[in-house]
Amino acid sequence: MINASLPELRRALDARQISAVELASLFLDRIDALNPELNAFITVDREGALAAARAADARIAAGSAGPLTGIPLAHKDVFCTEGVLTTCGSKMLSNFVSPYDAHVVSLLKAAGTVSLGKANMDEFAMGSSNESSYYGPARNPWNTQRIPGGSSGGSAAAVAARLAPIATGSDTGGSVRQPAAYCGITGIKPTYGLVSRWGMIAYASSLDQGGAFGASAEDCALLLAAMTGFDERDSTSLERPTEDYAAALAAPAPARPLEGLRIGLPREFFAEGMADDVRAAVEAALSQYRALGATTVEVSLPNARLAIPAYYVIAPAECSSNLSRFDGVRYGHRAADYGDLADMYGKSRAEGFGAEVKRRILVGTYVLSHGYYDAYYLQAQRLRRLIAQDFQAALQHCDLIAGPTTPTTAWALGEMADDPVQMYLSDIYTIAVNLAGLPGLSHPAGFGADGLPVGLQLIGDYFAETRLLNAAHRFQQATDWHARRPGCVA
Amino acid sequence: MSLSNEQVGHIARLARIALSDTELDATRAKLNGIFGLIEQMQAVDTTGVEPMSHPQELATRLRADVVTETDRRDAFQQVAPQTEAGLYLVPKVIE
Repeated sequence: MINASLPELRRALDARQISAVELASLFLDRIDALNPELNAFITVDREGALAAARAADARIAAGSAGPLTGIPLAHKDVFCTEGVLTTCGSKMLSNFVSPYDAHVVSLLKAAGTVSLGKANMDEFAMGSSNESSYYGPARNPWNTQRIPGGSSGGSAAAVAARLAPIATGSDTGGSVRQPAAYCGITGIKPTYGLVSRWGMIAYASSLDQGGAFGASAEDCALLLAAMTGFDERDSTSLERPTEDYAAALAAPAPARPLEGLRIGLPREFFAEGMADDVRAAVEAALSQYRALGATTVEVSLPNARLAIPAYYVIAPAECSSNLSRFDGVRYGHRAADYGDLADMYGKSRAEGFGAEVKRRILVGTYVLSHGYYDAYYLQAQRLRRLIAQDFQAALQHCDLIAGPTTPTTAWALGEMADDPVQMYLSDIYTIAVNLAGLPGLSHPAGFGADGLPVGLQLIGDYFAETRLLNAAHRFQQATDWHARRPGCVA
Repeated sequence: MSLSNEQVGHIARLARIALSDTELDATRAKLNGIFGLIEQMQAVDTTGVEPMSHPQELATRLRADVVTETDRRDAFQQVAPQTEAGLYLVPKVIE
């Protein structure tokens, strides 16, 4: 049952082969057994999960279950959960029991999901390895000496180790796609504006977007469909009808299900920098796509190399503004000893934030300060437009873009801990997608030389979620990379 | 570009983050590494390119000027470090 897909779990719940309470207990027991080593969860909410499961069972008995009623999940700890500790991976919020639910959490509660707890993450979603978490890093289930990726590393590790069938995440520069790739699962970041940011603790607001993790594109489609929808409390939420992403996937697969699909391969993504084992797995996956009927065409994203520098101006600038709310007055950590008000602010923030968060706040403060705004912030925003225009030009020649999700497989814990710039460069293929606001998906494409998973990234035009999910689903119907499990899943 | 300790101290004060003298050197070295990365932007001529602040071309939504939230002050103040009589307490600012 722990390996079952969401449609299989749905059938089992509806047929009363298992109750929602039994299903929740199954996963809670796995968390008890495996989380001490994997550290994928910061908070496990057994009591809340069982209460939600009992409610789900009542709903199933009443015949009013929806697609996700009774399905257990993990929420990234970036999402506020009423009555449950919400830390965002930070000492700053280590005492914050949220008085309200994020919009995403409300939607998924209403859908009848059963939250098992809160998944580990890089502090305030700033990091690519999960090592900036105040609670220590989550570990990669395929090799616990390796990082699970970040910032949504706990969510990805939980799904990969089957501590939860699905999980929520957030993606500002690759924080869903990169850990999905490193942990051998599927993850999607939708078009900016589809998932409400209300109650999702802000890092860089023009880039932050909620996303979904699952073992397959089909599971991601079901979760994402339940997370999206207009929310007037988010000023950038899009007023669009919601889409039933899973419905398009349900059609039977013809022999060549991707006939006519044109896949663009950005020359810059296949240049130097990609490790040989990643290249081999990605090339083999692309051959499989061609066997399914797709054609590939070379495209170009000439400004893609500028995505990282532009991101490390825009994201810190927005972070320095967003994180000014943590002042030790209304919520969060306050220093024990202080003199005047300025001293209280300075000490509370010095104690509450970790090193990487402080660095990004300082970079952002500098680039927004008097005299530097034009040279840094405006220049980065101009590059952002060039990067977005590159994607639009490339998408004139193809229906979606494919390439590696990451340049290498998961690195060793501690390997880049003292070199932030080196770690930033590992997000080279994912960051441009956030700057443009496009949807991106990562799915398992095989394994590297060290037995660690490799991810293939698919990028689509705005609102092309169905196309991305369908392409990945057809790939997964013809292959079994997504069905491989790490050793801790017996 | 290379930041001095004085500049880093100034930014830290603006950001309201206390930095000890020992932290200053290490922080400056890391920040200079990050700015080394960021400087790559300056080589690009972006004359005439409109800055892009946001992925979607959105106009700010307007709503009626009416109260939509309920009073949940007690719940919100439960997570505050120090409150009294519905007020947030901070060190005295005005003598």
